[in-house]
Amino acid sequence: MGIESHLGDNILTTTLTTMVNWARKSSLWPMPFGLACCAIEMMAVVAPRHDLARFGAEVFRFSPRQSDLMIVAGTLTYKMASVARKIYEQMPEPKWVIAMGACAVSGGIFNTYSVVQGLEEVMPVDVYLPGCPPRPEALIHAIMEIQKKIQKESL
Amino acid sequence: MTSTVSAKTTQLMSINMGPQHPSTHGVLRLILEMDGETITKALPDIGFLHRGVEKLAEYRTYHQFIPLTDRLDYVAPFSNNLAYALAVEKLIGVDIPERAQHIRVMLCELTRISSHLLWLATHALDIGAMTVFFYCFREREALYDIFELVSGSRMNLSYIRVGGVARDLPGGFLKSVEKFVNEFPSRLDEYETLLKDNPIWKKRTVGVGCISPEDAIDYGLSGPSLRGSGVDWDVRKAEPYSGYDKYDFSVPLGVHGDVYDRYRVRIEEMVQSNHIVKQALDILPKGEHITHAPNVALPPKEAVETNMESMIHHFKLITDGICPPQGEVYSCVEAPKGELGFYIVSDGSNRPYRLKIRPPSFVNLEALPKMVEGRLLPDVVAVIGSLDIVLGEIDR
Repeated sequence: MGIESHLGDNILTTTLTTMVNWARKSSLWPMPFGLACCAIEMMAVVAPRHDLARFGAEVFRFSPRQSDLMIVAGTLTYKMASVARKIYEQMPEPKWVIAMGACAVSGGIFNTYSVVQGLEEVMPVDVYLPGCPPRPEALIHAIMEIQKKIQKESL
Repeated sequence: MTSTVSAKTTQLMSINMGPQHPSTHGVLRLILEMDGETITKALPDIGFLHRGVEKLAEYRTYHQFIPLTDRLDYVAPFSNNLAYALAVEKLIGVDIPERAQHIRVMLCELTRISSHLLWLATHALDIGAMTVFFYCFREREALYDIFELVSGSRMNLSYIRVGGVARDLPGGFLKSVEKFVNEFPSRLDEYETLLKDNPIWKKRTVGVGCISPEDAIDYGLSGPSLRGSGVDWDVRKAEPYSGYDKYDFSVPLGVHGDVYDRYRVRIEEMVQSNHIVKQALDILPKGEHITHAPNVALPPKEAVETNMESMIHHFKLITDGICPPQGEVYSCVEAPKGELGFYIVSDGSNRPYRLKIRPPSFVNLEALPKMVEGRLLPDVVAVIGSLDIVLGEIDR
């Protein structure tokens, strides 16, 4: 059959899409957009116990130009919304967004005049992560969901 | 063709630091006017995390507001809970059981350690010492386990209630606290080995961001930021609350009021806090964890199911909430960052007429321009770290 029969066991064939997606999902460079309480749990994720490096996403870059995964952690206010959008637009494609915490998901307990009631008002969101704040394990789960999503994408 | 030769002039440059910057500890924006590398003017721009907490308080019953206090200074939720509970208790005039007092003190001091550890982790990370971050978060995870044991969540605990604490300490709690306080001093030594005499650390911190005791008082600084300048003021000593006068501890003071001295003060404070927790473990009495006053605290669950009166009290408290007498009250505690105060105006209804928060970070931040003007840009990062600000309580 196929090319394997000619080249033996040490050759693996795949599609370019699978290959590129595998590379992308295995080395996500998150842009930590820490706004409030959730940012502390986001820091805990890279710290020793939870160690995000196990999932290939520990290279937190504070410059949007170098990152492909935006983690919006915390309460987004109207004063901050334009900054969030600007940072999102500065990130090169392809890019993904996690809305971390109840505030980023829906405004959470802060249903007030100053708080944006959900991050989707400002940018497209790939994974919603509820919790106030979500545990580090939950953030890891969200990143794994992003990885699953990346694997299914076409080039 | 005529060419114009521009005269050699100096031009000031404005730099925007934040609101998205790794070392502004949240969403602080600084507008810096620079003459070359020297800062001539610094202007903090705040409000990027304004959530309207004080307004929300006017639409919550007294108990419903407790979870919102957690989210002010989210690295020290116990202190926030306590400051608010003390204010309401002062308004009502209710006695707190002895056991609850000691539980409060113990947890507040553990919170202080946890808050200072986060400060040390991020402060060191900002200046370029990364290992400290990993060490500090190791201990913070141990503390989070303790907090989780007692309240069910890692952050934002809402464990303190008006009149006491939510429930009695769970089994195994005292053992895990004891394990932590016995191990912690040796862990603290590990951080000290990395930083105390480290020449790079000292170059970045000694003589940077100085503020004199007079200026510190004039700016209204509090907490370690004030004590770093050598001013002996600690609310726990000056106006003891929750039985702090029964504990033996000292208030560490700095001399020069620079970043290094504030670092020393916080490290020493962690030693003292550890000492207080040890004492609290020794003298923790048996008894009730919350007061019996029926108009303040919920009756025990068993009583609600068997006793008609208790059921009525339970129903009244859940539907109406606490109705304190008319009046105004201010109460403050020594939070990890300084004096945290709650000012409540009550009109006798079940919701505060007005609630004003005096957050330590907000007042401490005002001294930032004074500390950085005339210094270099990298010093701003060190000074912000040494003030230990949290934007949650600055913007509210």
